[in-house]
Amino acid sequence: MHLLRLNLAVAASGFRRYATYRVATAAGVFTNTVFGFILAYTFIALWYERPQLGGYDQSQALTFVWIGQAMLATAALMGGGFQDEFHARVRNGDVAIDLYRPVDLQLWWFASDLGRAAFQLLGRGLVPLAVGAFAFELTLPSSPTVWLLFLCAVFLAVVVSFALRYLFALCGFWLLDATGLSALSTLLSVFFSGMLLPLTVFPGAFGEVVRRLPWAATLQVPADVLLGESGGGGLAGLGFQLAWAVVLLAAGRLLQAAATRKVVVQGG
Amino acid sequence: MAEPGAVERRAPGRGLSARRALGGVAWGLRAYGFIAAMWVRSTMAYRASFAMMLVANFTTTFLDFAAIMIMFSQVDALGGFALPEVAFLYGTSCVAFGLADLLLGEAERIGRRVRDGTMDILLTRPVPVLSQIAADRFALRRLGRITQGALVLGWSLTRLELEWTAGSVLLTVSMVLCGGLIFGCLFVLGGAFQFWAQDASEVQNAFTYGGTTLLQYPPTVFGKELVRGATFVVPLAFVNWLPALRVLGRDDPLGLPGWVDFAAPAVALLCCAGTALVWRAGLRSYRSTGS
Repeated sequence: MHLLRLNLAVAASGFRRYATYRVATAAGVFTNTVFGFILAYTFIALWYERPQLGGYDQSQALTFVWIGQAMLATAALMGGGFQDEFHARVRNGDVAIDLYRPVDLQLWWFASDLGRAAFQLLGRGLVPLAVGAFAFELTLPSSPTVWLLFLCAVFLAVVVSFALRYLFALCGFWLLDATGLSALSTLLSVFFSGMLLPLTVFPGAFGEVVRRLPWAATLQVPADVLLGESGGGGLAGLGFQLAWAVVLLAAGRLLQAAATRKVVVQGG
Repeated sequence: MAEPGAVERRAPGRGLSARRALGGVAWGLRAYGFIAAMWVRSTMAYRASFAMMLVANFTTTFLDFAAIMIMFSQVDALGGFALPEVAFLYGTSCVAFGLADLLLGEAERIGRRVRDGTMDILLTRPVPVLSQIAADRFALRRLGRITQGALVLGWSLTRLELEWTAGSVLLTVSMVLCGGLIFGCLFVLGGAFQFWAQDASEVQNAFTYGGTTLLQYPPTVFGKELVRGATFVVPLAFVNWLPALRVLGRDDPLGLPGWVDFAAPAVALLCCAGTALVWRAGLRSYRSTGS
């Protein structure tokens, strides 16, 4: 009970922290919307040439674009979550203080990242999706059940995204200079989440592999759940996300144990 | 050159003589060179890290083209343009943007400097503020984007079956140079905007990163309104669309008169003049946070 209250408090402070910067949020919404328009037009051209490309019709493809813009900040698909701060704390030794605390390191950062994601879903996700729905004909479901499943998928997307970024962040314990790691993490996320192009469009065996990687759980699967393209009424997608979430969080725990055994804090 | 910073700090309206203004620009460029060289030396102290960042920069920016290649694995043309033509647009947009990003990309950190108070330090040094800001953390890794764009551009030139004339060669070179200037202006304008709205640094991404993404695709892909906006409001079309359509022998979807295709240098100069005014206004309106 105590643990739950504590983590709720951490999550709430994560939410408030991002909610403080209103101008920055508005700026982000503007940029997401502009990118949404650019991508939407390229997708229109693409689906005009090949209707039903990747199993979507044009309206579904446009919906995919705007879901992507809504998820970009929420699931930190292009970076921008907790990891920069985490790296800084590893480099300057503050992580020792975090390890002293009577809370688990992974759970602490997870709670704060969930708070951030919750704010960014509301603050940065809703408006671009609404603008997209005004400007283009999107395929949005009318059934509340599908929306509820979509919310679950968004939650799991954030969990998988966190678990992935946490693994990369932990490598900072060994490499110290983490800028290269962050770049690699972002690069993989942008390409393999479906941010540039839906993964269903990727051809052949490459596409088969890409659709099974954990990054697919961060955008492709939530989009498919909303579009009704995920098998078993969306449950197959949620199962896929859940499986990766468990595997990656467990891997994070193992790596964290190894990292904290290794940590050496310079005195002084 | 006795008091190099004097030109920058002079009160406006006292009538700069042309020679002193030129002297100021020359000193600004030299100062930029000094600061940039210092950062290059500092980067080269960690060669392995630099090599990794260079590769990362190259690969990250290449993914955009990888997405375009995947698109073309499914279709033969996009907006009526074949892959080599899109690659030509992509290459010119990418190299022009890469140059601006390398030389002026750091201007996007002004908001942070205003917030944490380090802007004050820049104002006390006898070096133009723009030189200091633009050369700060000068990052050679950004050559990754330029190299990548240049490779795609080179590939497209081998695939395009065009009759190359002196005019079209000149147009292609000017796309990269004038395009770089126009993107550079956007970076500085975005920076100046942050004197008024410190937290809004992301707005400029819509024009800089958004702009280069827009220009990677043919104008026929986009709605007429968007193309008009990118021609008359933010003059992105002059970076590569208009001159590239001429080189590729394509019609311009807006049906503008033909001489517009050659107007990029004039547009770039106008942008620079406008940007200089906005930059000065921004700098004058700067209020220290006092911390």
